Amino acid sequence: MYVRRLELVDFRSYPRVAVDLEPGGSVLVGPNGVGKTNLVEALGYAATLGSHRVATDAPLVRAGAASAVIRCAIVHDGRELLVELEIVPGKANRARLGRSPVRRARDVLGALRLVQFAPEDMELVRGDPAERRRYLDDLLVTRQPRFGGVRTDYDRVVKQRNALLRTAYLSRKVGGSRGGDLSTLDVWDTHLARHGAELLAGRLELVDALAPHVAKAYDAVAAGKGAAGIAYRSGLGGALTPDRPALEAALLAALAEARSGEIDRGVTLVGPHRDELLLTLGPLPAKGYASHGESWSYALALRLAAYDLLRADGIEPVLVLDDVFAELDVGRRERLAELVGGAGQLLVTCAVAADVPAGLVGARYEVTEGDVRRAG
Amino acid sequence: MYEGAIQDLIDELGRLPGVGPKSAQRIAFHVLSADPADVNRLATALRKVKDLVRFCTTCYNVAESEQCRICRDARRSDEVLCVVEEPKDVVAIERTGEFRGRYHVLGGAINPLEGVGPDNLRIRELMARLGAGVTKELILATDPNTEGEATATYLALMVKPMGIQVTRLASGLPVGGDLEYADEITLGRAFEGRRAI
Repeated sequence: MYVRRLELVDFRSYPRVAVDLEPGGSVLVGPNGVGKTNLVEALGYAATLGSHRVATDAPLVRAGAASAVIRCAIVHDGRELLVELEIVPGKANRARLGRSPVRRARDVLGALRLVQFAPEDMELVRGDPAERRRYLDDLLVTRQPRFGGVRTDYDRVVKQRNALLRTAYLSRKVGGSRGGDLSTLDVWDTHLARHGAELLAGRLELVDALAPHVAKAYDAVAAGKGAAGIAYRSGLGGALTPDRPALEAALLAALAEARSGEIDRGVTLVGPHRDELLLTLGPLPAKGYASHGESWSYALALRLAAYDLLRADGIEPVLVLDDVFAELDVGRRERLAELVGGAGQLLVTCAVAADVPAGLVGARYEVTEGDVRRAG
Repeated sequence: MYEGAIQDLIDELGRLPGVGPKSAQRIAFHVLSADPADVNRLATALRKVKDLVRFCTTCYNVAESEQCRICRDARRSDEVLCVVEEPKDVVAIERTGEFRGRYHVLGGAINPLEGVGPDNLRIRELMARLGAGVTKELILATDPNTEGEATATYLALMVKPMGIQVTRLASGLPVGGDLEYADEITLGRAFEGRRAI
């Protein structure tokens, strides 16, 4: 799979820009702050309907414009597919697939599969568990789009259940011993357990499949210094298997046990939204123990592992390395180049062209304020 | 900005659901140029809907008298009761011509985020109807979203111990559609709810 053409209208810093891209390695070179990352961010948006940099859509639209358009032509198995997204902040995005409008923007998911590494990914190692859960869930949805629905359903149930617990908590604070109306809590428990078990089973299967790829990728990036391992830590404890009915029963039991605590604190304390993906380096957890360089290599290894796993599934995603090579010494640059050299399409952004190993440079594009040009 | 009455009308129309400023302006100027008799009919219809329409005392559907047309119809079966969220759901089911039982309109779904609990819905009234002992089957036809499913589960938990059969509408693929175009959630649910033939 590769992106043949990317067109942007009023996206971030670009009033209007079009770039023709090629399979193999391409490098986008330009000084800091001209908008290299904006280009790959647009591709990321087309693949996931979200940005890796911001949580809301408003910053994606150029100041003064009402909406932004991302249009990309994707070639997959020799066939070209056109994906077009119009981002209207505060409203539902409009999308077209091959020039026909689709009912929901969600329907374009899967047309472009992309794995992206960006400097922000350092948070995967150093940040909150939420970062690592999102990493897992995003990859889960990329592999099996069905989980997009499971994730939405689960989040909604947790939100509703929290609202219920919170209202009861507040009314108890104000009204003394009267506990507020918790008569529907059992109902939300059954729904939380049902959707939660499905999500949990998906994550457990994913972590099993992903673990060897993470170890391999870290070994390659860090040249054998330390062994990386990932493990799923659920609030249910112990060794879990991806067996949905068993997980559902375990979640229901855990909810029953946690109930008085949940009522006291007014929040849902059980479920996959509180789980953690544990990253280890040798015998130690990566968070808090890994050095800057190790954390950085680990974050890169997580993205490369995702890329490897998708390739092993028979999906050939586009690989984007945003501002990666400047952080690495020469030896690591060469090893990374070896690792990703076979990618169907690799897009690399950098400020200094000499940082990118020669083996990866196919096409070169120069990015200037508001424009991108093929330079050789 | 226009002057006086025409701007007032545009503002009022613009507050209606689904009507943006452009549509409001278009409708206002249409009204201005329309035949006075047509406009009067519209004004009368608007006034009458507030004056005359009320809720059926049995099923809480919209009605023009004590009971709605469906509750008054003696040919319909009292043994099957279909629970829906809104009056417009009654109309949707009636269009199918498949259902000959009675309805019960809840007036929404359980939604803690919006502060809607069982007490804000017509659930106590539903229980009173079921308590009369005539109903043999309760069909739960709430929306197939998180809130509708939760409401259905809640009602099922309450009603099943009464010995009444409780059923839920099937969810799945649209008729006349192609399998390949179904989204993954719909298709996934259709798989779960598959039946032997």
